[in-house]
Amino acid sequence: MIKRPEPVGAVKHRRDTVLSAIVGQIPYIQFLGVKFDRHGDELTATMTYHDDLIGNPMLPALHGGATASFLEMTAIVGLTWATMWEDMEAGTLDISTVQTTALALPKTIDFTVDYLRAGLPRDAYARAKLNRSGRRYASVHVEGWQDNRDRLFAQATGHFLMPARDANRT
Amino acid sequence: MDHTHLKAARQFIDAIPHSRRLGMVMEDLTDGQAVISMPYDEALIGDPVSKVIHGGAVSALMDTAGGAAVMAHPKAGIGTATLDLRIDYMRSATPGQRITATATCYHVTRSVAFVRATACDDDTQLPVATATGAFTVIKGKASS
Repeated sequence: MIKRPEPVGAVKHRRDTVLSAIVGQIPYIQFLGVKFDRHGDELTATMTYHDDLIGNPMLPALHGGATASFLEMTAIVGLTWATMWEDMEAGTLDISTVQTTALALPKTIDFTVDYLRAGLPRDAYARAKLNRSGRRYASVHVEGWQDNRDRLFAQATGHFLMPARDANRT
Repeated sequence: MDHTHLKAARQFIDAIPHSRRLGMVMEDLTDGQAVISMPYDEALIGDPVSKVIHGGAVSALMDTAGGAAVMAHPKAGIGTATLDLRIDYMRSATPGQRITATATCYHVTRSVAFVRATACDDDTQLPVATATGAFTVIKGKASS
């Protein structure tokens, strides 16, 4: 017998709940003014422009540290999201636990930012790509852009130490 | 460093909105070397379990110290921008403690400045993070 697909509303609600539980737990995401949009499993981070992100008031240009933080945050949320995806879709992830318990997040081992052009005083976007996600270590590449998807203003590669596999399970 | 020099150096930090927002303070500035500190703030927490501040905030501190070290180098131009910055995180910064970054600009060519930096909390024996970076050297119109 063919299993009936789950109603689209229930699927979206589950995914959005998990994503907002991850994002809502990290104060620094709110500090920077970063939000995440989801299309299926693809996440796009947006750092909404505000004056406190400026590093060079003469140009003006975004602070390299704000850009680095934005890209590193995108990598960490992307990694966490990817590791939860399978359990979430299989229905083995306890959503209420995710919402109420502090999540074990990947720890950054190293992070290298390549500044390609000055960050303009406007919104910035980023997406993370998992080069390799193992049980203990992960390598992530992040691309950041502003007005044009093909004109990156910064990109980064980082290595992360993954939390124990059962840390986010009940 | 004499008092007026440090005062000018502190104004440099105050003129950078993102650094000011993170509460950074210039502790010392000599030829090619900058020491900048940043207080612990719960708004900067990146790990809700350990309450450790996010690595990105440490990056911002290292980047600011790196840029200041470049500007404080005798061969510096009138401006600088980060070309690349690599941070290695040795350990978690202890929650509640101030982080101090020391950046050294160890070589400057006509167009590039090379920087090394170290960040410590109260335990100065084992740094929280180290960084290496390359910065641009922006010359004024007359010297270019």
